[in-house]
Amino acid sequence: MTTDTVRSGVSRRWTKPPFIRNPRTRWFLWLGAGIYLALALGTLEVNWVRMADGIPRGIRFISSFFPPDFVTSWGEIVTGLYESIWMTITSTVVGVALAIPIGLGAARNLAPRPVYLVCRAILALTRSFQEIIIAIFMVKLFGFGPFAGFLTLSIASIGFYGKLLAEDIEDMDPVQAEAIRATGAKWFQWLNYAVQPQVMPRMIGLGIYRLDINFRESAVLGIVGAGGIGATLNTAFDRYEFDTAAAVLLIIIAIVMFVEYTSGYVRKKVQ
Amino acid sequence: MAVSQLNGVKVWQRRDRAKQLKIWFGYFIAVTIFMVCWKYMSDRTIWIFVWDAPTQAIDIATRMVPPKWGYINSLWGVIWDTINIATLGTVIAIFLAVPTAFCAARNTTPSVRFVRPIALFIIVSSRSINSLIWALILVAILGPGVVAGIIAIGLRSIGFCAKLLYEAIEEIEPTQVEAITATGAGRLQVLAYGIVPQILPAFAGISVFRWDINIRESTILGYVGAGGIGLHLSASIDNLVWTQVSIILMVIIVTVIVSEWVSAKVRHSII
Repeated sequence: MTTDTVRSGVSRRWTKPPFIRNPRTRWFLWLGAGIYLALALGTLEVNWVRMADGIPRGIRFISSFFPPDFVTSWGEIVTGLYESIWMTITSTVVGVALAIPIGLGAARNLAPRPVYLVCRAILALTRSFQEIIIAIFMVKLFGFGPFAGFLTLSIASIGFYGKLLAEDIEDMDPVQAEAIRATGAKWFQWLNYAVQPQVMPRMIGLGIYRLDINFRESAVLGIVGAGGIGATLNTAFDRYEFDTAAAVLLIIIAIVMFVEYTSGYVRKKVQ
Repeated sequence: MAVSQLNGVKVWQRRDRAKQLKIWFGYFIAVTIFMVCWKYMSDRTIWIFVWDAPTQAIDIATRMVPPKWGYINSLWGVIWDTINIATLGTVIAIFLAVPTAFCAARNTTPSVRFVRPIALFIIVSSRSINSLIWALILVAILGPGVVAGIIAIGLRSIGFCAKLLYEAIEEIEPTQVEAITATGAGRLQVLAYGIVPQILPAFAGISVFRWDINIRESTILGYVGAGGIGLHLSASIDNLVWTQVSIILMVIIVTVIVSEWVSAKVRHSII
């Protein structure tokens, strides 16, 4: 109940309490949002003529997607898919394998301060760039093909997995860890018997989730030349073979749905 | 827990033999899959380019310093555009995600059999197509520019926001809804007074979280012509102006870190 309305006596009707309690913050936020929207929409350069042009063009464009053509470039689609799958699996394995030591180092309750800072810096750096930007550089350095994609996805996996692992270790129950330490366990034994069992179920789930993400990402890395099904898609767009592009998109959606369903199932079983 | 006899001494082991062998076998399969994938990938890699990479990296790194500091003055416009793409895209996504989420949640959907599958399909297809692919399609339809980027980000984010939101709706406390219903409230009133207050914190958290992700994503949309700082990045890389590239990368890092900080602050104050 808002006491203000009752006290002032203007209205005895009950009104919902607002989500943001402090009225000053609330009005400030509304005002700020209003000013921002006005500014943003004001500086938005919209070419209405081009947009109006776009509607019939869009209809033609979308109709050229149908019917999807699976046959003509089936060979290329299969090659792209295989590349994507190799990239996804190898990069997830390598990424997770590298993320474990870094994640251990980035947990505040495990690592000494200097190690902690270095590992956190590595994680922040690998996470701040979008995969595509990393991929552009990897393609420049390592040449076209799935190897550049593999490296990109590995780096991205390190950032993702390492950060979540570190946070999970920081949230673990200290009592169990203390109990193991009290038995006189060495550091590695302590890690193996106190820390690992606590974080393992969630980490397996996250590993499968990362596999899922990596496959999804591998579908776009091809646009900058890093191999995979994205390369097939990009080629199809460049050749104006939109029916093939539609086929590729449908395949990507189908596989992502399948992977998401299985990963959800496995994660539910593990946890 | 298993105890084995070793020379008449009882030795504690974590698992008995059969279980341990099963785990080893699992590892064996996993390593085999990894090796096979690695082999196929390495067949498709031109290793001369890979061995060449360190020299290339040093070469590019030396060309990136000193950064061309003056260039930053021509970047303010595109930074503003990048932020707008992310913010307006998120706003569009939220407006579309809310009804989708209410249709997808088991306890609020008008019809479990007909409406819910449609809503779930919208969510999955929006999530499985990367914003870069959306941008690729939209640039072909609407022409290059910020608008294509905004819509691409919006379409990509609907699935993410709607998925998290409908999970939050399904987890609400049913007793509160029951209490509101018992007062004789209509369907919409139950929604407004029983359900919405319960999911508002989750809703605010999800929007800010997605905004943070979108800032990161909008930095690359320019690569396919959808506006933002990515346009300058790809132009600078294509023209081999590495001193500009380093400035752009720094700007991206700063933007991402600031947005992450803002989003973390907001989420902490909500939860």
